[in-house]
Amino acid sequence: MNAKELRKYFPILHQEINGHPLVYLDNGATSQKPIPVMEAMDKYYKAYNSNVHRGVHTLGNMATDAYEGAREKVRAFINAREAAEVVFTRGTTSAINTVAYGYARAVLKPGDEIVTTIVEHHANFIPWQQAAKATGATFKFIPLQEDGTVTLDAVRETVTDNTKLVAIHHISNVLGDTTPIKEIAKIAHEHGALLLVDGAQGAPHKKINVQDLDCDFYAFSAHKMAGPTGIGVLYGKREVLERVEPMEFGGEMIDFVELYDSTWKELPWKFEGGTPIIAGAIGLGAAIDFLNEIGMDNIERHEKQLVKYAMEQMREIEGLTIYGPQQDRSSLITFNLDTVHPHDLATVLDSYGIAVRAGHHCAQPLMRWLNCTATARASFYVYNTEEEVDVLVEGLKKTKEYFGNVFS
Amino acid sequence: MSSLDDLYRRVIMDHYQKPRNRGKLEESDGLIVNLNNPTCGDSISLSLKVAEGKVVDAKFMGEGCSISMSSASMMTDAVKGKPVEEALELAHKFSDLMQGKEIDDSIDLGDIEALSGVAKFPARIKCATLAWKALEQGIKQAEQE
Repeated sequence: MNAKELRKYFPILHQEINGHPLVYLDNGATSQKPIPVMEAMDKYYKAYNSNVHRGVHTLGNMATDAYEGAREKVRAFINAREAAEVVFTRGTTSAINTVAYGYARAVLKPGDEIVTTIVEHHANFIPWQQAAKATGATFKFIPLQEDGTVTLDAVRETVTDNTKLVAIHHISNVLGDTTPIKEIAKIAHEHGALLLVDGAQGAPHKKINVQDLDCDFYAFSAHKMAGPTGIGVLYGKREVLERVEPMEFGGEMIDFVELYDSTWKELPWKFEGGTPIIAGAIGLGAAIDFLNEIGMDNIERHEKQLVKYAMEQMREIEGLTIYGPQQDRSSLITFNLDTVHPHDLATVLDSYGIAVRAGHHCAQPLMRWLNCTATARASFYVYNTEEEVDVLVEGLKKTKEYFGNVFS
Repeated sequence: MSSLDDLYRRVIMDHYQKPRNRGKLEESDGLIVNLNNPTCGDSISLSLKVAEGKVVDAKFMGEGCSISMSSASMMTDAVKGKPVEEALELAHKFSDLMQGKEIDDSIDLGDIEALSGVAKFPARIKCATLAWKALEQGIKQAEQE
């Protein structure tokens, strides 16, 4: 693949910020959207906007076909057995909460365990913390290696026959490590527990095969993978999703409504109450087409190469600390520079047109474990180039110099 | 002066490196307000002693960027010894300053004026106002007691 060639599909990248060409390195927060995604959504609104699943008229059928067509694209993208296992949600957060409310809170009792790690994004942490609090279940953490990674021995030590659910990241949004999902699934299943994977940083950056991973749930968001905001996916195995109660009641999700009880539609629609996110789903479908065209394996290779290239140069900068594993990292680098606070660092980089994230990255327990209040993060996507890495490294050197001067 | 230099003026860096009034008052001697900025992790713990309508003493602890910490240092310096009303007026003035509004010169802002460059960096305004929010909350608390 050729990142430079791809940039023509992303008009937003071709602008100046504070007098410098934009170097967008905040893809972990949200990626940019290519023209085909915007056009697909535009076309829906301009040519066949209509509600789905209810109209007899032509536009209604077109909208339904496009919406369900997008679901089929997602199915193929993650290799789910059937489209019914793909539930559209508002994003990763609402996908995880669907399981936390419809499953964990409904079935867990005192003595049961939810197992996770302190590396998790708040979206894969607080839903379980609160579910444990509400049900009296025990909230447990897999101990970490010194670099923040998770070993299978540590998983084995933590998961017991009382564990009902293991919730873990596929790729950490701070450390960039990839967890061995397939092996973790095996351990969870040996103890009769379900495995939920937070794939917010997984699905955008590597090929996902949920049948091979054998996880019970896989959650991700469209907007981090070239798609629009406001839509995401909860994948679940059919037999598992059937045990999850819907969280939202209303139109579109019912089978039969009586005065004192109702029954739900079959999967996946029982989880999609109300008018669904039609344009969002169509946009996600177009994003998947776009990514498939490039090839997920190519994307992963490109990003790992960029990260490797960036880390080699960043290590040369005195006083720069990189958090997490020092090799085999996916798509992002989290770091601090001397005593320069990440906010100050991000402001100075922004003055050179470079967009990075600064803060706790929605991972406060992990920040405490790393013994810092905040860090800076550069995160890459398909359209980033080695030249942009050079600009970042140059920017870091200038930042160091700048604060060296103002401090002196 | 580039806008970056306008943001990081020397006096700001001086307060950041050599914070005034850093510390904590005895618990019996005042009240404590803990505030943090949940989006970025900046935190401040402000000890405030208010008596007879005056801010008698103010100290702060906390962690954060140069803007949030220098602002806390300047704020404590500015309000110490001032009547509560004046301290609150200063807080309002500071809020105006952060919104880029014109400030009348009836009150001498002293070092605080150096933070005026922050107004041009919308993402950093919350850093600068954290300490002042803690002050307002502390005064309110003191008045209720």
